[in-house]
Amino acid sequence: MALDQLVMTKFGDTAGEEMILNMGPQHPSTHGVINFVVQADGEVMKKAVPQVGYLHRAIEKIGEIVTYPGFMPYTDRIDYLAAMFANEGYALAVEKLLGVTVPPRAQYLRAISCELNRIASHLISLGSMAMDIGAVTPFPYALRERESINDLLEALCGARLTYNYHRIGGVAFDMPDDWTPLCRKWLDHFEHILDEWDRLISFNEIFVERLAGLAVIPLEMAINYGLVGPNLRASGIEFDLRKAHPYGAYPDFDFKIPFGKAYAGAYRGGVVGDCFDRFYVRVLECRESASIVRQALDKFPAGEFMAKVPRKIKPEAGEAQSRIEAARGEMAYYVVSDGGERAYRVRARTGSFLAMGIIEELSKGLMIADLVALIASLDVVAPEIDR
Amino acid sequence: MSALTFEQIHQRLASKFGDAVGPLQPAKKDPFCTFAPARILEICRFLKSEPDLAFDFLEDLTATDHPKLSLIRVVYHFYSYPHRHMFIAKAEVNRQLPEIDSVEQLWKSANWMEREVYDLFGVHFKGHSDLRRILLPDDWIGAPLRKDYSEAGGYRDISNVRDNPLDLYLSMDRELKAQQTAQPAAGPQGAAAPEQHAAPHPPAKPGA
Repeated sequence: MALDQLVMTKFGDTAGEEMILNMGPQHPSTHGVINFVVQADGEVMKKAVPQVGYLHRAIEKIGEIVTYPGFMPYTDRIDYLAAMFANEGYALAVEKLLGVTVPPRAQYLRAISCELNRIASHLISLGSMAMDIGAVTPFPYALRERESINDLLEALCGARLTYNYHRIGGVAFDMPDDWTPLCRKWLDHFEHILDEWDRLISFNEIFVERLAGLAVIPLEMAINYGLVGPNLRASGIEFDLRKAHPYGAYPDFDFKIPFGKAYAGAYRGGVVGDCFDRFYVRVLECRESASIVRQALDKFPAGEFMAKVPRKIKPEAGEAQSRIEAARGEMAYYVVSDGGERAYRVRARTGSFLAMGIIEELSKGLMIADLVALIASLDVVAPEIDR
Repeated sequence: MSALTFEQIHQRLASKFGDAVGPLQPAKKDPFCTFAPARILEICRFLKSEPDLAFDFLEDLTATDHPKLSLIRVVYHFYSYPHRHMFIAKAEVNRQLPEIDSVEQLWKSANWMEREVYDLFGVHFKGHSDLRRILLPDDWIGAPLRKDYSEAGGYRDISNVRDNPLDLYLSMDRELKAQQTAQPAAGPQGAAAPEQHAAPHPPAKPGA
């Protein structure tokens, strides 16, 4: 919408009293191409209206045009920071339609690849959040660790970002012979890095004070606005699809669900569901993910890594939804089949899309600089919003 | 604090709303039932407020287009955090004049999801607070996720079609061969050679 039209429809005639600012679409802290039209009185915002769609690539339409296996590479592009989950969700939905059982080895490979990807995605989120509010140093440290994960995943599936690794019925490749020791070595290293990370930034007094009590999302509001994943858990609910509705290999693993507990401390003004909770829940999730990868390597079963799937995938007419716990929360694929080679409808429900919806409400009364912290704490990724 | 099955939830709704709640569809993977679109708000309010149902989370709201039936089905996925059960319902609206009540007043998450359905399917949600296009520009024509959507050929003079370079190459090749057979007297470096470098006219698209 043209800016003047938007100002009239969303801000009314009184807008002349205040400033209307454009933040983005090309802005370093919006994490991709997102535009915020901010109505501000000095530094304090009356409202920030997000405008999305700059990265819309009609992925759902493409899903109706290409065959079922042919859609897999496109799912990578839904969330380029956590492409494994987009792969897995789609594979699970089509497997549910086909009634295929995935062999245990493939399920473990999926869990390992997804959990490594979750750590990589959270590292970007944490590092860029610190950078957005002015702490530049931690970001390269986070990127350094993420590079190692990219190397590991490259050894596993040949790609560093858009993996296209999961297949309908299993995974594309088996684990290379020398991969396990490499991964273990990295995990040993990474667990120390997380302690270092806490000393460097998570428990940095200035950082914690900056985020404590900022942009609080109460649990009821979070559920009502459809927040999912770490954003929802930070508001104080112990809910994780890997535990609540386990899929794949997750019933075999023992892990905790980190959730918001006002980690910033009440004496600093920390409240359950503030920006610091959203930050620290992700740090804790990295630990849990590392522990899941370790358990999966310990229990790694032998056998096939791909189920027997017909060469031409033609599920009978029907519909199925798969829900997985992705890095940005619940990702749900809703696939409708009419019995043909191509899906009748593919719908990808992503966490970032609805996380954006809460910003207009939350931004009231925040400072402009706090909007940056809020966007970063919600960990939205532009391609996942626009699809 | 106990999860109900699809059948139990459906029973509960059918006994309360009678005909407005359609029969449970035979489970082809995910079962669902249809709601009468005129009573969608009423049924949804019941789903949300009843303590043993407590669907506090509108997990997904999307649509499917069915031109042959002249229908658009608006699909609702409900989930309950207290009970951890879910339910899927569809509401069928007329494809020519798709209109249904917005459920935004019950779940704020419907705001953006209904905007998306409005944008991509052209369904009007009555009572929505801010029904604008969300992913596409405001002056975009048509609803792209409808099955009979065809691209307008471009947007604001930005073309979204181009000739296949392979077609161009093949037609040049054909032209060249035709010339060579028509003028067998000309040598290989003769008249045909400069023709190759002349800017080729874009060939007609096959089938156009």
